[in-house]
Amino acid sequence: MAWFEDIKLGETLELGTHTFTSEDIIRFAEKYDPQPFHTDPEAAKESHFGGLVAAGWHIAAVWMKLMLETRRNQPQDETPPAPDGRAAPRGGPSPGFFDLKWIKPVRAGDTIAYRTTTLEKVDLKSRPYQGILKSFNEGFNQDGTLVFSFIGQGLVERREPYRAPATE
Amino acid sequence: MIYWEDVTPGTTFTTAARTISKEEIIEFASEYDAQPFHLDEEAAKSSILGGLCASGWHSCAIAMRLVYDRFHINAATQGSPGITECRWKKPLYAGETVKIKVTCIDARPSKSRPAMGLTNWTWEMINAKGDTIMTIESWLMMGRRPDGAAPVEAI
Repeated sequence: MAWFEDIKLGETLELGTHTFTSEDIIRFAEKYDPQPFHTDPEAAKESHFGGLVAAGWHIAAVWMKLMLETRRNQPQDETPPAPDGRAAPRGGPSPGFFDLKWIKPVRAGDTIAYRTTTLEKVDLKSRPYQGILKSFNEGFNQDGTLVFSFIGQGLVERREPYRAPATE
Repeated sequence: MIYWEDVTPGTTFTTAARTISKEEIIEFASEYDAQPFHLDEEAAKSSILGGLCASGWHSCAIAMRLVYDRFHINAATQGSPGITECRWKKPLYAGETVKIKVTCIDARPSKSRPAMGLTNWTWEMINAKGDTIMTIESWLMMGRRPDGAAPVEAI
């Protein structure tokens, strides 16, 4: 991916789609969130969801999967190395996220299209070789309805070490 | 059954502790978060995180299961509208044993759905040394206690 300095804000990247089959929904939920509306199609009918729905953390984990697949499919050699020889950034760990919303249920058979938009760059005095990139992330179902969104953060390497502007 | 009326700001509990294996970290990451520091011990050692550690999304899912086994399994939970904030403060390394301290910080009736109430919680993932690895602040929808049902004595 691009160096921190070269990332443009407001750019949207389509991440592809994922279809949540009932098998997929139940397999994740039995391990991590076995509430009946995620694991039992019959019990789910009686719940206020009215049918089987994907676990919220499953919807989020699939965003991560598609984000990495998209990044991996981008040509790496388009980003030149840093002047000190460091190879182009591959994306780093995240300090966390904000405002994650499960807006509408994701039902068995739904196909969710995810996308990410660059939102803000934060310089770090404590880490001169990295900055934090904030992104706005969304998932839409096959009807075009927004079902999922959050503000993500990730550490991205800088081409040149950060120098804080001189203060008075 | 624990209903909305049984939860008030200050309600708190701690889940059971669980040891997170290298194998399950790699299994989750292989499917959802295939980055070297979640997949490969050698590559992880030389990474910024210093050792093989769980995907942050895996930490969230692990926390969900621990809280489910301690609370949701006995409660009239009706899903969550979302997470206000999640902080991944320290890596969750393979072999660490963690538990979740859960505290209610707000509770309100639902204006639009009289059979439902909202509860706001903080979750804190704590390792054996007592370090906080992750914090989450999140709303949870809960069913209201039906007429005739007894209040729970303890959560």
